Amino acid sequence: MGCGRMENRILPYVDGRLKEGERQEVEKHLAACAACRLRVNEFRAVSGLLDELPVIEPSAAFDIRMQARVAAEPMKQSWWAWFAPTPRAVLAASMLLLATVWLGSRPPDSPLSAADIDKINQNIQVLENYDVISDFAPLSELPPPVENDDASDNQNQQM
Amino acid sequence: MLDVKAGDEQSFALLLHRYRSPLINFLYRMVRNREQAEDLAQEVFIRVYRAREEYVPSAKFTTWLFRIATNLALNSLRDNRYQRMEISLDAPVTVDAEEGEEKTIDVAEKHPNIEQHLVEQTRKKMIRHAIDKLPEKQRAAVLLHKYQELDYGEISKILQCSESALKSLLFRAYETLRVELAPLVAQQARQ
Repeated sequence: MGCGRMENRILPYVDGRLKEGERQEVEKHLAACAACRLRVNEFRAVSGLLDELPVIEPSAAFDIRMQARVAAEPMKQSWWAWFAPTPRAVLAASMLLLATVWLGSRPPDSPLSAADIDKINQNIQVLENYDVISDFAPLSELPPPVENDDASDNQNQQM
Repeated sequence: MLDVKAGDEQSFALLLHRYRSPLINFLYRMVRNREQAEDLAQEVFIRVYRAREEYVPSAKFTTWLFRIATNLALNSLRDNRYQRMEISLDAPVTVDAEEGEEKTIDVAEKHPNIEQHLVEQTRKKMIRHAIDKLPEKQRAAVLLHKYQELDYGEISKILQCSESALKSLLFRAYETLRVELAPLVAQQARQ
């Protein structure tokens, strides 16, 4: 192996990341080439120098700011989320159900008797024209009905 | 990540806890500004959170995470470069060798000898400057390779290049560092 092919192998060799066969090949070359041997030592030295740089720690505010940013992110809703019950929808549906059950279980207010129905049937024509009669002006000009009409009839008969 | 995808918020918190430190360190070494590195790390996590439902485990999670981080860092460096160019037209010239330096957790307490401490500070500064001088893609490759210990396949996916191109990129980066840090390298090689 020539020095040109060493270019891509020196660093992996220094890292110990070469495969066994490649490593043996590199070592064979290094045994015969002083320049590449020097280069390997220098790369090792550079790698050692890079280890000297200190590591920084995240600031105390980093986590707090990060949590705030994540909390401020809008919640993504998928298509299926349409079917997920929201508390507001659940409340509305329960109220509707309760109202339906309550109305359905309530007894009728005033059931009509057969006599009442007969009376309505007799007066159905008057009731049908109720709108006309209620607004009929001549009727409003009539004198008020005489009270105790039956009572005065009875007195006359006695006399 | 699959638990996060399933809507488990607790898993996202665990993910955050597991990766925030390596991510912030990577971004800090890329952009050389702590505040900016934390802002970018937040942006990375928010993007992960937003994309959780579309996540397909076709690649390793770290590959995906550092790909987002690398793209954001490279964009940020480009934006800053344009910003600096605009500012430099009007701003007065100042000489500040410490510009961009950040206070980091240090081990000064371990060195009662102030001289030794200063020597170590100078060494660290030289190393930092040598990394800063690398072209952006080479810098990202070195940082992912050295500090995240990702394998060549993963790094090449993050940087969107072939494995062979990545090895070549790393070789050139190490060559530059070797030259830039020659006095320290010679010293280190002797030890």
